[in-house]
Amino acid sequence: MTDTNLLSVANLSVGYSTSQGVVNAVSDVSFDVRRNEVFGIAGESGCGKSTLIRALLRLLSNNGVSTATSITYEGEDVNSFSDDKFRDAILWKRISLVPQSAMNSLNPVYRVGDQVIEAIRAHRSVSRSEARERVEFLFDVVGLQPELMRSYPHEFSGGMRQRAMIAMSLALDPGLIIMDEPTTGLDVLVQEQILRRVREIRAEVSSSIILITHDIAVIAEMSDRISIMYGGKIVESATAIDLFESPFHPYTLGLKNAFPSISVMDNELISIPGTPPALIGEESGCLFEPRCPFSDATCAQILPQSHSVGEMHQVSCHRHTDVTELREKASKKSTWHC
Amino acid sequence: MALLELNNVSRHFELRPGVVERVLRGGKTRVIKAVEAINLSVAKDEILGIAGESGCGKSTTCSMVAGLLPPSSGEVLYRDRNVGEMTSSELNDHRRRVQMIFQDPYESLNPRFRVSDIVSEGPRALRLWGEREIEEQVAAMLAGVGLPAGKYWDRYPHELSGGERQRVGIASALVMKPELVVADEPLSMLDVSIRAGILDLLKELSRQRNFACIYVSHDLSILANIADRLLIMYLGQAVEVGSVHDVIKNPKHPYTRALISAVPVPDPRVKRSPPKIVGEISRPVDPPPGCRFASRCPHADQSCSEVFIKLDTNSPLAHQAACHRLEQINSEAT
Repeated sequence: MTDTNLLSVANLSVGYSTSQGVVNAVSDVSFDVRRNEVFGIAGESGCGKSTLIRALLRLLSNNGVSTATSITYEGEDVNSFSDDKFRDAILWKRISLVPQSAMNSLNPVYRVGDQVIEAIRAHRSVSRSEARERVEFLFDVVGLQPELMRSYPHEFSGGMRQRAMIAMSLALDPGLIIMDEPTTGLDVLVQEQILRRVREIRAEVSSSIILITHDIAVIAEMSDRISIMYGGKIVESATAIDLFESPFHPYTLGLKNAFPSISVMDNELISIPGTPPALIGEESGCLFEPRCPFSDATCAQILPQSHSVGEMHQVSCHRHTDVTELREKASKKSTWHC
Repeated sequence: MALLELNNVSRHFELRPGVVERVLRGGKTRVIKAVEAINLSVAKDEILGIAGESGCGKSTTCSMVAGLLPPSSGEVLYRDRNVGEMTSSELNDHRRRVQMIFQDPYESLNPRFRVSDIVSEGPRALRLWGEREIEEQVAAMLAGVGLPAGKYWDRYPHELSGGERQRVGIASALVMKPELVVADEPLSMLDVSIRAGILDLLKELSRQRNFACIYVSHDLSILANIADRLLIMYLGQAVEVGSVHDVIKNPKHPYTRALISAVPVPDPRVKRSPPKIVGEISRPVDPPPGCRFASRCPHADQSCSEVFIKLDTNSPLAHQAACHRLEQINSEAT
């Protein structure tokens, strides 16, 4: 079992202390990433998906505190590593990040190629010319002409900068690449080119990818398995096909209703009433309860545990046994808006 | 009669070189042709979607429709009256009739105004009604967008969620009782679960209050859901227009085909096979006279970069594509 899992995270929680109290941005999240898979994490703004990744990579801001019962990477307990050791041994070498708004993550006063060369030389003792060769190869992998190494970031379009950041994330052959909203803000044809490239890279380099996005369509197309986050928790996890064809959680059902599709034009869209929780202070019960049309007295009082409802399919909902009824009712607008 | 007509409308911006550039390198003034010879009509009660990637000229087109930007050439006709020739009192009236809903509800609301101040600002500025009447109209409008006045009247924007803010934006446009609403990406800053509600609200209100709408977005999935007709733009040129069903299910222009097949579908079993379009959209700085997609188009020949086919104004409601090689492309496809 441990052999197939590249990364295992158990009970990760993150709190940010603010003037209004502690914000529980991520609470009690557990997940595994297998070898050679794309693991998607989807959720709306404020659901904790980016915080989760920052905590995992020890990149939290000063007011953030994370705890976890265990985090293992390639069988090694990395949770016990000091921050310095983690940065030296893991970050970029074994787990790399394509940050959100990667387009603005390049230093404007250095040539793009030099920035990638420096990233390699900071972690590996190789000569400049060896590093340069490596960068030429990486530029080729992501579909940039090697001549562009001498360009400055402002000479690149958004899509080209995104490619450069992906090249940098591949620089040290990591086993896991985390991509945080890699195509948000890009035009649809550029998004298509980037996603195609990511698929090709994955086939070539056999890294695993954690893909984080709010775009349900992108995650459906790219992922092998998907976790849906709401209010700092994972509410449902399944293979991509199970999640879309037999969803259990009312939030997943609601998201499916709300997301427009170009292939099914006449479908009526149904929004989820209400707004996401503020996550300040102690919670009791299910966080989706105030917006959920199926909630009963238990939901407001008792936090739902994760239930296994199929092979590789977990859901945190008290009413998971009533799923047939829930699915039928959830497709009607009157269920959500009366 | 069309409510709004754009005849051969272009908008160019000059790109003047700096002193150093001019003296040392002999730099010449270049021209950004943001919108080039657009023909377009919007009928009463219809929702026209305008789609295209960044830099395609969709926002510039909106600004010209709303009278915020004069066209460099061509004419914008509103109810057969040229907007450029309107007298100042006609213009005031025009500004009431054509309203905009903006993209970013976090930036477009004055943070120091209460919700009631924001929504009543327009009617006050144009002195549409007396003070009592304004209050009544504003309260009714707020209720109409799902923000009951009793609860929201004295709220400030920072106390509202993104969805609520966009409802305020919609209310302040619709309180003017417009005939045409120009909505420029009104959903792009909102979360998925909220979007459908705002989209429904716009559709519902456009039916109730009988206004036409130009809905601009880069998101074809949303346009497929809200628009009656669809105009596709590329680098300032109109490349295809038609009913939303025709354009999305049966796209003709090579750019439209590529664009539509590149839209991801929320279904893991769907395997799309988009054509490989190379390169990225550039800027329309001193562009060649022909079709601006020609340099990336797999079907382009010599004529494409020399002559651009404009969409036909005489049949504004037909499904048309601005492409020389439609027949060849069709025969290749079958």
